[in-house]
Amino acid sequence: MAEVKQLVKGLADLHGRSMESLLPILQGIVHQEQHISEDAMVEVARELNISAAQVYGTATFYSFLHTKPLGKYVIRVCKTITCMMHGKNQIIEELETVLKINLGETTHDRKFTLLETNCLGQCHKGPAMLINDEPYTELTPEKVREIIMEYKQKEINAN
Amino acid sequence: MSDKINLKIDNIAVSIHGGATILEAAKKINVRIPTLCHHEDLCVAGNCRVCVVEQVGSDRLIPACAMPVAEGMEIQTNSMKVRNARKQIVELLVSEHRADCTRCYKNGKCELQELSSEYIVGEGGFIDLIAYKGFTIDNFSPSIIKDDSKCIRCQRCVRTCDQLQSIGALTVAHKGEHMKVSSFFDKPMFEVVCTNCGQCVNRCPTGALTEKTYLDEVWSALNSDTKHTVVQTAPAVRIALGEALGMPPGEIVTGKMVSALRRLGFSSVLDTDFTADLTIIEEGNELLQRLKKVVKEKDDSVKLPMTTSCSPGWVKFIEHAFPEYLPNVSTAKSPQQMFGALAKTFYAKKMKIDPQDMVSISIMPCTAKKYEADRPEMRSSGFKDVDYVLTTRELALMIKQAGIDFASLPDDEYDSLMGESSGAAVIFGATGGVMEAALRTAYEVVTGREVPFEGLNITPVRGMENIRETSIKIENVLPEWDFLEGVELKTCVAHGLTNAKHVMEAVRDGKAEYHFIEIMACPGGCLGGGGQPIPTSPAIRQKRSEAIYREDELKPIRKSHENPEVVHLYEEFLKEPLGKVSHKLLHTHYTERNRY
Amino acid sequence: MNKNLQRLDLIFKNEYDTDIILKKTFAKKNDEVINDLISSGLKGRGGAGFPTGLKWKLAAEAQVDEKFVICNADEGEPGTFKDREILSSVPHKVLSGMAVCAKIIGAQKGYIYLRSEYTFLKPQLLKVIEEFHQLLDTLKLNFRVEIFMGSGAYICGEESALFESMEGKRGEPRNKPPFPTDFGYKGKPTVINNVETLAHTYSIFKYGPDKFKDLGIQDSRGSKVFSVSGDTPIPGIYELEFGMSLQKFVDDFGDGDSKAVQVGGASGFCVPRKRFGKTVIGYQGKLRGTSLPTGGSMMIFNSSRSMYNVLHNYLDFFVEESCGQCTPCRVGTQQLLIGIQAVKKGEQPSAYLDKLLDLAEAMRVTAKCGLGQSVANSFSSIVENFREEMIY
Repeated sequence: MAEVKQLVKGLADLHGRSMESLLPILQGIVHQEQHISEDAMVEVARELNISAAQVYGTATFYSFLHTKPLGKYVIRVCKTITCMMHGKNQIIEELETVLKINLGETTHDRKFTLLETNCLGQCHKGPAMLINDEPYTELTPEKVREIIMEYKQKEINAN
Repeated sequence: MSDKINLKIDNIAVSIHGGATILEAAKKINVRIPTLCHHEDLCVAGNCRVCVVEQVGSDRLIPACAMPVAEGMEIQTNSMKVRNARKQIVELLVSEHRADCTRCYKNGKCELQELSSEYIVGEGGFIDLIAYKGFTIDNFSPSIIKDDSKCIRCQRCVRTCDQLQSIGALTVAHKGEHMKVSSFFDKPMFEVVCTNCGQCVNRCPTGALTEKTYLDEVWSALNSDTKHTVVQTAPAVRIALGEALGMPPGEIVTGKMVSALRRLGFSSVLDTDFTADLTIIEEGNELLQRLKKVVKEKDDSVKLPMTTSCSPGWVKFIEHAFPEYLPNVSTAKSPQQMFGALAKTFYAKKMKIDPQDMVSISIMPCTAKKYEADRPEMRSSGFKDVDYVLTTRELALMIKQAGIDFASLPDDEYDSLMGESSGAAVIFGATGGVMEAALRTAYEVVTGREVPFEGLNITPVRGMENIRETSIKIENVLPEWDFLEGVELKTCVAHGLTNAKHVMEAVRDGKAEYHFIEIMACPGGCLGGGGQPIPTSPAIRQKRSEAIYREDELKPIRKSHENPEVVHLYEEFLKEPLGKVSHKLLHTHYTERNRY
Repeated sequence: MNKNLQRLDLIFKNEYDTDIILKKTFAKKNDEVINDLISSGLKGRGGAGFPTGLKWKLAAEAQVDEKFVICNADEGEPGTFKDREILSSVPHKVLSGMAVCAKIIGAQKGYIYLRSEYTFLKPQLLKVIEEFHQLLDTLKLNFRVEIFMGSGAYICGEESALFESMEGKRGEPRNKPPFPTDFGYKGKPTVINNVETLAHTYSIFKYGPDKFKDLGIQDSRGSKVFSVSGDTPIPGIYELEFGMSLQKFVDDFGDGDSKAVQVGGASGFCVPRKRFGKTVIGYQGKLRGTSLPTGGSMMIFNSSRSMYNVLHNYLDFFVEESCGQCTPCRVGTQQLLIGIQAVKKGEQPSAYLDKLLDLAEAMRVTAKCGLGQSVANSFSSIVENFREEMIY
């Protein structure tokens, strides 16, 4: 709780305390914690002198502002038309197999969350996905496996 | 923008000020355009699209509620294109609404039902979406039931909660198919900042937001042989009840209401106005004591300005939003709760009734009163002081159920002991009324003279202006109050919680200095309460207000301290204002609450 | 591979002459620049097609101290990725367009509203902006550009929803009027232009309005950046002349088995093979760009594709991305989706499709913003042209 308070205060100091600062602050929280908790929203509401419900209403409008905890790496696979045409379902199946989770779930070690998302603007290079901010395109099941292995290796090295 | 704009609606010429909407222009020439998200008290939303009309020469239809008039416009409100589109929109709304009409609390009073009937939304509409969606009914609050399956997302409630009231209990969450009216993290209403004011209930066009009803419980009590039912009626009920029973706004129906309550079978028909007078004595004395401690004794543990405490919506609001100012709230209970505490003590004793057998019922213009009666503090008689709270609307329903022809009822009088009241008590129902009543008494206590206003009408505190500041110079005081000689008593009256918030922010920021602040949670005060007949509008509230001040003028007694039953209560039971008994029965304390 | 269509290189040519072009343009009178833009015939490349010069002129006329210039980079239309490409390869052209606009209308602050899916572009873009600020300082223009990140909402590409979003609110489109040039971001006069539009202004400043106007047809002037995807051997970004015939386009970009082309993304029109020859890509004519964030999406479907699946995918998209505030869009999109499913499953008769076509038309004429209004484009054009595929 104290940490969240500190985080929100820091973000409010950085971005300001007007309504125009709300999205940047919420994005900052997500950047740090992958999601915006109840406590975080109450703190944001306090800093900006608005209702907590209003913060909730704004946050839930945007698909990149999650209100439930996610893993360290959020995988968003594009499900829109051309990526669908070029086999996003196989990509998702492969990710489910590699990560041993279903779409929408987070791995037990809280490292990976697998989600679908709307058009990533990589239609000429579908299927495409984002891992956090990083885009990966022209995916094949093999390529996906390699990418995930790299992330896993990175985690092992970090430890 | 004051220049006249000329346009034609349905080939009828109309001239209206610039900036007006097509809806307003149509109203001027008595062309009715149906609306759902529109409400006179709220900002324009333009989201239901029921009010679309055709502008000649334009392919797309335009929303009459949101589109400003323009010179030379030609509008068709009833073209084929408009009717087709409007019917489809109503059909769409019905498809996402659990149209369980015969089982709905709002059956017969639902704006969507009315429109569906007008546009003959029969079979062969769209696929019922309710079947595809989970929904929740939140009935945990003692005041308000929120049924998401009936919601048509017009957002009147959100605009009410957020803008009219600045409470922020309701918001719009999610988007697309998941978009819904929600509280913070979709928590039950009783867990969030909801003040139970019920203004959302007053404005919900469907059965998505309704008051929690206690009719069954009250009927059971009335039909029980062993129970003694004591009913109290709040000041603002008597000037609005008629509206729910087919009368125009602004009718005073006090006598008929008393008759009806007797016919319904209440054992004792008493008046909240009696304890309104009592509130003035206790609260007025509390104010004077606070002034004495601050001005004379320089006791900085005592806080000024003092705010009123009779509006339970306001009390819960300040507990959430300005907890640091809780010591400023008068400790005097609201008239409803003073009544409840006395009914099961003083009245029970006098009438030789075992308080255990007594069922205390109140008729209130308010949904927050249901919550107030449920507060754990409100058991000073040793029992739940007020057992059930019914709204004006619920009483009207009882009268209908009982088959009583309200309009033909004779006038009747309240029972004695707790049935007498002054004009000062009646005006509790209007914004500024508590202030006026308190001044009528306090000024006289301090100076020995009546307030220096003609006919005791303290007009500067009256009216519908958002925030009304007044100052009264106190001169030639009685010796006991010498420290008040020459003091300008600064008062402030605010109604609606947005105005309340502004006042408290001004106090907090040192921008305003007051001694006494009256705050009513609802626009117009209790006469605009969340339990009052629907619809509400500035014009309707104005009519109710005029009725209240008429009732005040008609009262032989105009000052609370002259109410003989109150005088008798002190002599026989309470002994003195702010005394030991008062402290136990008539005063309370407050709790800091969460910020969501 | 045929080469019917001339590939143009106005936008993507990296010319390294920003300082010269800006100096030259700043030296001109404001009216002159606006007139150049107007006579060039440049219209908004987001799809709605409002004349750019006129937009700047309206904002310039507003007598208010604080004004804003916003670059709409919330490119979210399925099948569109040109703005990403422009911002990553020629960002200085976009910034130059913003700066000239700022000088003309009298704005000190500009924003690039960048969709969150493009966060990876931000570091490089920030660097370019910093260098650009230094250039502006030498040119003595008091104007600063910031990046405002979106958070994942297609509807924020609608200009008034974008303002709401920047103001910390839900991205719900506003009632119009008032329009952005009167009442935009924070209620101030605002010019909001698509990334591509701003990049085109650079070419006009550089080469003059005539060269731009020489390209294209009638009221669709200049070149247009197209995002080509789907069943094509050569997906990617192409700058082509406005007013081309769809047949020529398919000849160049199709895989020889093209059954339909979706022009303008999910909110655009689906053109079946038999109409390729009669269809011209431009603002006028039956087909135009989308009325939402981005124009220029060209998705090609070959005969292996089920148009039911295509429409289903679009409707899934709209059901999720509708802001939800207005009835026709919120409920209408759900009804269209559930309706085609019901017909496909045989739970509703095929005639129910006609009821849905009526609904789509009602949505077109009653929805609050371009999103709800344009759902009918793809819905009606697919259902009307591929009715059998919807049923069997």
